[in-house]
Amino acid sequence: MLLIPCPWCGPRDEAEFHYGGQAHVAYPADPAALTDEEWARYLFFRDNPMGPFSERWNHTSGCRRWFTVTRDTTTNAITPETSR
Amino acid sequence: MSDRLWNSPEPDGAYDVVIVGGGGHGIATAYYLAKNHGITNVAVLEKGWLAGGNMARNTTIIRSNYLWDESAGIYEHALKLWEGLEDELGYDLLFSQRGVLNLAHSLQDVRDGVRRVNANRLNGVDAEWLDPAQVKEVCPIVETSPDVRYPVLGATYQPRGGIAKHDYVAWGYARAASALGVHFVEHCEVTGLEVSGGRVRAVETTRGRIAAGRVALSAAGHSSVVAGMAGVRLPVQSHTLQALVSDLLEPVHPTVVMSNAVHVYVSQAHKGELVMGAGIDAANSYRRRGAFHIIERQMAAALELFPCFARAHVLRTWGGVVDVSPDASPIVGLTPVDGLYVNCGWGTGGFKATPGVGWCYAHTIATGEPHPLNAPFTLDRFTTGALVDEHGAAAVAH
Ligand SMILES: Cc1cc2nc3c(=O)[nH]c(=O)nc-3n(C[C@H](O)[C@H](O)[C@H](O)COP(=O)(O)OP(=O)(O)OC[C@H]3O[C@@H](n4cnc5c(N)ncnc54)[C@H](O)[C@@H]3O)c2cc1C
Ligand SMILES: [Zn+2]
Repeated sequence: MLLIPCPWCGPRDEAEFHYGGQAHVAYPADPAALTDEEWARYLFFRDNPMGPFSERWNHTSGCRRWFTVTRDTTTNAITPETSR
Repeated sequence: MSDRLWNSPEPDGAYDVVIVGGGGHGIATAYYLAKNHGITNVAVLEKGWLAGGNMARNTTIIRSNYLWDESAGIYEHALKLWEGLEDELGYDLLFSQRGVLNLAHSLQDVRDGVRRVNANRLNGVDAEWLDPAQVKEVCPIVETSPDVRYPVLGATYQPRGGIAKHDYVAWGYARAASALGVHFVEHCEVTGLEVSGGRVRAVETTRGRIAAGRVALSAAGHSSVVAGMAGVRLPVQSHTLQALVSDLLEPVHPTVVMSNAVHVYVSQAHKGELVMGAGIDAANSYRRRGAFHIIERQMAAALELFPCFARAHVLRTWGGVVDVSPDASPIVGLTPVDGLYVNCGWGTGGFKATPGVGWCYAHTIATGEPHPLNAPFTLDRFTTGALVDEHGAAAVAH
């Protein structure tokens, strides 16, 4: 089980969190202007690196806030990203 | 040499076809390239030992009762091949058609299950809807009393589904492909793909450069990494998927039972161990070790369904890295790079498809065009919107 550093509550067990996948994926500024290809990229394509990955977590059983960490997908080493 | 099932030679400098990944899919593809298409100048490059990835780690459930026509096509083709595979390969696979139950625990599960049974029948896939009493007849140890947290309201049943011995499947295919001239190069990691003029030319490996007429990716959980070497982005995410076995028990469990709602599936292997799988660990991962709370929940779910397992012991748990696609369906076909093919996205459920993928992917590589059965499973479908949404039939279940 991961020990995940919530920026507001401190380190807590993974079981308290809900995973949100890749971070920094912005909603398209003008969705109607996207081509099918661009829309597909936004909806279905995410980074899947072997190594450092910027990802979202929600502290569902705690403060219920979203935050971002960088986690290495091969070692699970976590570095906090969002300052409070 | 003669006491080995397959050859594991030094790689040649060039092959007509290089397959990246020596799991079940890569090995079966090599076999059908040689057998169905006469293409024998083929190397399967495997970074570890042959079939030591998900092929060695899966819970071996075989079935073809998916919802949509596209899925019925490829999974049922696979099941038909399974039914003749021991004869085809001249090798015992412990293939056992002991039936597969998918339990329903809510009104929505019941409606989805009945719909899927009807869809299966229209596609010529054997399927029945069972009420709780009939579930009990097929599998007497399932708890079907109404006063539990998740009562069993019924189940879909595919009598032709079952299990096989995963290692024997890999070994049987490898032995047969080896006899036809295929090279299985182990401990050979692909580290780069050489692309020029829009066409793949060679692979870089830890054992040197190997020129290739065509390159077929079949790296399961590492598909994003290898496709990325040619600049191809895939809509898959890698996750750890865990399973476990109990100590050896007398035969108690005659079939395969799966439950999406309580997140567990169970069969009993020939040797006697109970084999149980869970859902994926939530976060992206390339680690083969998952979190223990997943195992804990899976055990709780198993005990709910099978109270008689309370005294069984966990002997071993393990994990594999699976490549999950957005619509729970695979991606098998062409890529934007000429001569480069991709087979991925089988996620938590590709073992059952092994013969079918091998057959269709070999056709795709040999002819440069998808086989009709994998034509719906293009990389393009995420742009066109023609998804094959199998979350209902595939999600946790295998
Ligand atoms: C715990 C668990 C339970 C499962 N249960 C079921 C089930 O009950 N039924 C079912 O149908 N499916 C099940 N699956 C899914 C199934 O195992 C996979 O979908 C299937 O095995 C994938 O195809 P494969 O056999 O070719 O994969 P793998 O055996 O993983 O083969 C891919 C190979 O590629 C190699 N590779 C990766 N990168 C490189 C590189 N750069 N160079 C060279 N080689 C490379 C890997 O080492 C690996 O051997 C389960 C999976 C897991 C993990
Ligand atoms: Zn918090």
